[in-house]
Amino acid sequence: MGSGALQIIIFLGLLTAVTKPLGVYMARVFAGEVRRLAGLERLLYRFMGTSPEEDQPWTRYALSLLAFSFVGFGLTYGLLRLQHLLPLNFASGGSQPGPDQMPAHLAYNTAASFLTNTNWQSYSPELALTTLSNMVALAIHNWMSAAVGLAVAIALIRGFARRGEGGIGNFWVDTTRATLYILLPIAFVAALVYVWQGVPQTFAAGVNATTLEGSSQRIGLGPVASQEAIKQLGTNGGGYFNANSAHPFENPTALSDLFTKLLIFLIPASLTATFGRMVGNARQGWAIFAAMSALFLAGAFATLAAEQNGNPHFARMGVEAANMEGKEARFGIGASSLFATITTAASCGAVNSMHGSYTPLGGLVTLLNMQTGEVIFGGVGAGLYGMLVYAILAVFIAGLMVGRTPEYLGKKIERFEVQMAMLTILLLAGSILGFTALASSLDLPKEGPTAGINSWPGSAYGASDTAYGPMSGNLSNGGPRGFGEMLYAFSSATGNNGSAFAGLTANTPIWNATLGIAMLIGRFLMIVPVLAIAGALARKKFVPATAGTFPTDGGTFVGLLVGTVLLLGALTFLPALALGPIVEQFQMHQGVLK
Amino acid sequence: MDVRTPIQKPSSGPSRGLFDSALVRRAALDAIRKLNPRQVAKNPVMFVVLVGSVVTTVFALRDVLLRYGDTAFTIQITLWLWFTVLFANFAEAMAEGRGKAQADSLRRAKSTTDARRLLPNGTEERVPAPALLKGDLFVCDAGDPIPADGEVIDGIASVDESAITGESAPVIRESGGDRSAVTGGTRVLSDRIIVRVTQEPGNSFLDRMIALVEGAERQKTPNEIALSILLSGLTIVFLIATVTLVPFATFAVGQAEQGQVPTVTVMVALLVCLIPTTIGGLLSAIGIAGMDRVMQHNVLAMSGRAVEAAGDVSTLLLDKTGTITLGNRQATAFWPAPGIQERELADAAQLASLADETPEGRSVVVLAKDRFDIREREATGMDFVPFTAQTRMSGVNLPGREIRKGAQDAIRRYVEAAGGHFPAELLVKVEEISRAGGTPLVVAEGARVLGTIQLKDIVKGGMKERFRQLREMGIKTVMITGDNPLTAASIAAEAGVDDFLAEATPEMKLAYIRHEQAGGRLVAMTGDGTNDAPALAQADVGVAMNSGTQAAKEAGNMVDLDSNPTKLIEVVEIGKQLLMTRGALTTFSIANDIAKYFAIIPALFVATYPQLEALNVLGLSNPRSAILAAVIFNALVIVALIPLALRGVGYRPMPAVQVLRRNLLVYGLGGILAPFPFIWLLDKLVALWTP
Repeated sequence: MGSGALQIIIFLGLLTAVTKPLGVYMARVFAGEVRRLAGLERLLYRFMGTSPEEDQPWTRYALSLLAFSFVGFGLTYGLLRLQHLLPLNFASGGSQPGPDQMPAHLAYNTAASFLTNTNWQSYSPELALTTLSNMVALAIHNWMSAAVGLAVAIALIRGFARRGEGGIGNFWVDTTRATLYILLPIAFVAALVYVWQGVPQTFAAGVNATTLEGSSQRIGLGPVASQEAIKQLGTNGGGYFNANSAHPFENPTALSDLFTKLLIFLIPASLTATFGRMVGNARQGWAIFAAMSALFLAGAFATLAAEQNGNPHFARMGVEAANMEGKEARFGIGASSLFATITTAASCGAVNSMHGSYTPLGGLVTLLNMQTGEVIFGGVGAGLYGMLVYAILAVFIAGLMVGRTPEYLGKKIERFEVQMAMLTILLLAGSILGFTALASSLDLPKEGPTAGINSWPGSAYGASDTAYGPMSGNLSNGGPRGFGEMLYAFSSATGNNGSAFAGLTANTPIWNATLGIAMLIGRFLMIVPVLAIAGALARKKFVPATAGTFPTDGGTFVGLLVGTVLLLGALTFLPALALGPIVEQFQMHQGVLK
Repeated sequence: MDVRTPIQKPSSGPSRGLFDSALVRRAALDAIRKLNPRQVAKNPVMFVVLVGSVVTTVFALRDVLLRYGDTAFTIQITLWLWFTVLFANFAEAMAEGRGKAQADSLRRAKSTTDARRLLPNGTEERVPAPALLKGDLFVCDAGDPIPADGEVIDGIASVDESAITGESAPVIRESGGDRSAVTGGTRVLSDRIIVRVTQEPGNSFLDRMIALVEGAERQKTPNEIALSILLSGLTIVFLIATVTLVPFATFAVGQAEQGQVPTVTVMVALLVCLIPTTIGGLLSAIGIAGMDRVMQHNVLAMSGRAVEAAGDVSTLLLDKTGTITLGNRQATAFWPAPGIQERELADAAQLASLADETPEGRSVVVLAKDRFDIREREATGMDFVPFTAQTRMSGVNLPGREIRKGAQDAIRRYVEAAGGHFPAELLVKVEEISRAGGTPLVVAEGARVLGTIQLKDIVKGGMKERFRQLREMGIKTVMITGDNPLTAASIAAEAGVDDFLAEATPEMKLAYIRHEQAGGRLVAMTGDGTNDAPALAQADVGVAMNSGTQAAKEAGNMVDLDSNPTKLIEVVEIGKQLLMTRGALTTFSIANDIAKYFAIIPALFVATYPQLEALNVLGLSNPRSAILAAVIFNALVIVALIPLALRGVGYRPMPAVQVLRRNLLVYGLGGILAPFPFIWLLDKLVALWTP
């Protein structure tokens, strides 16, 4: 426990240290003050037919974003469907001959997954993807989805910072600047660090190795380091290998492991400082940082304790109780449980251990991290805008208690903002609970009106399982753990996380279809209301703060915000969690299996 | 019926029967009347409870008829769900009750009035009051009720306005000037006046007042709408959580192969416990009670929106006279010019003031008596010169003597015209008095300047403390005065206001309000004259004095029936209290859910997963009693909080940080903890009662 706790403290210390410098730098980037690549920028803007002077109202901003995403979705879907015909069509892992045509439902699910920064992988990448698909169809989204998330967060901040203006910035300019000045340079340096730590960066197809048992094994290689860098920096999480960051070629050393964790939280944490800078009060940013940190620490310590204590029955039998199942011996309990907390809090989804093997309580933390809406630092951009939505609600409810119409950062929080904020909460709960309800009750007959779903092109592919029968037939566990697998899948998809409670076989038409919808809801039906809030706020007059104004930069507000996330975010899921990890924890302690 | 039937006099304070038995009886009946689905539908949270009640009723009937299931339990749940709706209706009816009682007595004032219409040929005819049209003339003698709103065009009379203001002291109404407006429903006590009707029938002040106190025109305020949206959103979220629990439970039961899926009744009970029924049930009561509290201060708010805006005000424009200072200035010293004895000055000043009936004039006579024992003299041969706006002096002409008193510049012109000059030493004194917040009144006889009388504004006691509190609440106070900047600055400093507007004209007031509003601040002000109307209309909260002109009353969004400008501060406090009450009960309501979860969730699933008994931290007796206890708590808490909703949460002026911390502790933390003991107690009672 001691070393695990120390890791958490060191990690948070390092994170705090980088927050301000990067945050301030990002504020300068989006204000157009960083002009190192001005020539290239101009060229790109001319190509896109826009200019930094063009200020978009929120509707145009949202339409640009949706159009951009729609085209990206279509291209990726097309590339995946045609990957067996295109060049570089050997399997990316290099251990198998090139894959066949990808079925429609998997291509759809994968395109939605990477478009939405989820990187849920229903397939095993070594088997299902060609090198071209990996490098072009998917890798491009690792960049673009992160840039889009950043742009939305910046647009929302502008809503607070601007005073009675019509626009919230320019989508094309924001994403360009995010890519050129933030993602590219950091990812470049990060890739070098990974190479230094031993991560391969090569076009070589793979190496043959003789295992200790004497058998021969072919281990895939590829341009791993470059993809690893953006996978973590952009909180994408889609691994080059199926084992993700537990694979020694993705995450070779303890140092690379710590570096990875920092890389995941780097932009989400720094954005709080960007926020403080742009609204003209650094303390406002630190307040958000503090609320995120408090929730993060609670989760990290809870997971650590749960995994450390493991199953008490083992202890009684004199066996080491700490739960090492599904964890890399190289990392141990401390580094693994911290990684699990970070990756679920940050909507990253990269894993260095298998969450499906966590104790019920450890699994509960990962679930809650996602169900509260991925706001504990959260995804790149998405974490901040999600948390600001909670802040709006917190200010609205409790702000009334100071006896004024609620204001946040000098902007009155009124009907429209509340409406949009509630819409995001509602969609989040609706998608997670609704789809889990569907999964726990839907039973597709082989014949009949729903038979079409079963024969959605290429239903037998890769690791796919039954295409008909109950959706819950794809679980590998029964009882509360099996329920947890379903709940986790839709929490992960809606939260755009991408990690899984391994055990669920998700590569079937119905699972791919529903998870794909959940991912799209979790991304775009959040973004549109958030941009609408940004637009409404930008138009509002600024109300100067007085002694009667609800202060949002102190400890009281931090506590309030944490309380709001827990009450509004977590309370909804309590009944469902009671039937999953909560009852499972009690069962474990009582030595009951079912 | 007597017009002067004592009405529910509001200003007698909140201690007066919040739960007066007549009010309660009436509210209880109204609560049932309000079950009309169309009316409940206006409140989405309670509408869900109503639908839930209907659904459980259907199931209860089925159970009874088919002797199926746990009949006693279903019936009890059903009854308590109905009670939940009724309690919410009761809260609203209670809030409306006082207004309704007041409206009734106002209606009595209205219905008995009969008019004496004056025809163009000079004769009178008796007509019922509603027959009077705008522009008609009517006559009122002593004892007559005034049949309609109007403007006195001839005569002067003392009028009893207690039917409207609750204030028994009569007021003077006369033709011309700012005291010419009379209100229908009041009564002439002495003399005779001729009045021109200024409102069409049905649109009188009394009509509007009845509609307002009764809440007939009540519309949801912007903040109330936003809060309703939040509550509706939460309701839908919990609806999703409850509905999806059915397949979850089915799955769990299938896996565990024991227990059963909760019945519809139980699911409805869970839903009702989770949705924010406490605030949902009390929301409209809070709003109505807020307006009623304003009414208790004898201020008539034209809309709930105005009361809400009062809470947001960050700039208060206060008239100096009557609000910050006592209405009258008093002479405090005589300062003779060089070479003049103080007694000579006092003597002349007293002579010049003998006929001056203003408070200032009388105070000069009193001071002369106090200082030199100069008594009042017979006014033979004295010819008094009244104050006019042109000369800006008053005084007296005696045989061979001309004494004048007035502002420094007016006297200087007067003396210089007579060939004298104004002594420089006195000029210094005059400025000194101004700087000290006093008003110098210079006295001259012929070409000779005798000296100056120092008049002093008396700042009301406790105002400095009041303004300090307002500053802590983030409210800036601005003193409006016609005084010169020097005097104004000094009084402003003495009273402790943040800013002042000296030599203020209506245009300056308007400009100041616009300037503040451009900076995002909300402004409140009081006014009475017709020339205040534009500023009253521009201000976010404009309180017109009832004694003021019709134009002022129409421009403002509140009317102060007592015509006491200090009340603006109380109105602001009520506005804040209203918003605070809403926030507090919303927080409380949401925080309550935690305890209810701990009661209900183990109860729902303990048969399927016996291990969930570990969540039954309260040790509730059995699943049925646990669910019933939660539902009963949920219903009773509405009733328990009605007094809080009607009175408003405790309010003390302090900075927002402290207010927030305190309220979060009481209603947030309190909201989490409070239900546990009560649910435990209810569970034990229920378990005792049903074996």
